[in-house]
Amino acid sequence: MRLPKKDKFPMQVAVDHRPSHLHETAALQLRRGFIANLPVAASVAAYGSVLGVLAAQKGIGWSTLLLMNLSVFAGSAQFVMVDMWAPPLPVVEMIMAVLIINMRYLLIGASLHPLFQGKTLRHKMAMMHLVADENWAVTMAAHRSGIATTAFLFGGGLCVLSAWCAGTMLGHRLGAVVQNPEAYALDFAFVAVFTALTVSLWRGRQDVLPWLVAAVVAVGVEKLLPGKWYILAGGIAGALVPVLRPYGGQWRKGKRDGLG
Amino acid sequence: MVWDNMDMAAITAVLGAAAATYGLRLGGLLLSERLPQNGGFRRFMEALPGTILLSLVAPGILAAGPWGAVAAASTAVCTWKTRNVFLSMIVGVVIVAATRRLGL
Repeated sequence: MRLPKKDKFPMQVAVDHRPSHLHETAALQLRRGFIANLPVAASVAAYGSVLGVLAAQKGIGWSTLLLMNLSVFAGSAQFVMVDMWAPPLPVVEMIMAVLIINMRYLLIGASLHPLFQGKTLRHKMAMMHLVADENWAVTMAAHRSGIATTAFLFGGGLCVLSAWCAGTMLGHRLGAVVQNPEAYALDFAFVAVFTALTVSLWRGRQDVLPWLVAAVVAVGVEKLLPGKWYILAGGIAGALVPVLRPYGGQWRKGKRDGLG
Repeated sequence: MVWDNMDMAAITAVLGAAAATYGLRLGGLLLSERLPQNGGFRRFMEALPGTILLSLVAPGILAAGPWGAVAAASTAVCTWKTRNVFLSMIVGVVIVAATRRLGL
């Protein structure tokens, strides 16, 4: 998965800039959204294959995994679910963990408000399921040039969903053959993917203290409490820092700009 | 077809997770007019994605031992330089696999 570098999005939004886009049919916009997401979809498939391998190792059937892909459709949450997958399934803990990890979709959903202006509730309900981090990022980039529509977003969602399903299913096949996943450090793949995703969310020096607090609280709570509460505890504790210290780190921003 | 391995608990977990995720996606859009656009709440919500993912991963890095920490640091640097999550993941996994293979 390629991520946006500051304001420059490396994924080429394969669209033309003619103002006629608003008069295009929804089908055409959907197609453009699909094509614009193809570069990022390649990496989605690649890291989906890791999830497939891990799922097969946990004894999760391909049909369960496919159902998860189609209904949950959120990479990080699915990694955590697979990680927690051990009989008897901790169903409530799992749903809580997914809720916590996907809290960011509140923000993502809220950020799409301008795109959905004037749309019916039914339209919103139909379009919002296929919003993943990747097609959201591509759509927001396209939106800055004024060429994104809800059909564009949905087309991107279809593209990412196809790649996600293809990758995980292929990985699931492979996972059935891999005898000793520890030898290939596949158990570390989850940590590595999330370390990378975390770094990609770094906003600059203002994050130093919140992240320090989050890490310390998470590690501490993980030792003290059973279950996945440490995710929520660390996340909330860290995010409270900029609330209590609104200008923390801001004064340094000008001095060290470019490093953040 | 192996639908039989989908027991009730698995279906409940998956559909519960799906409902929670969809609720957040649609909820964010529907609440967007009502959510405070500035102040403490906004700063909290803006900081949350990073702190949550870090909290998710920090105990796992610690549990993976010193080479796990080296691998995680290499993954982080690679992401920082290339912004490529997939490549960075490969870097971390290869380091852990290699050190295990060498018995380090």
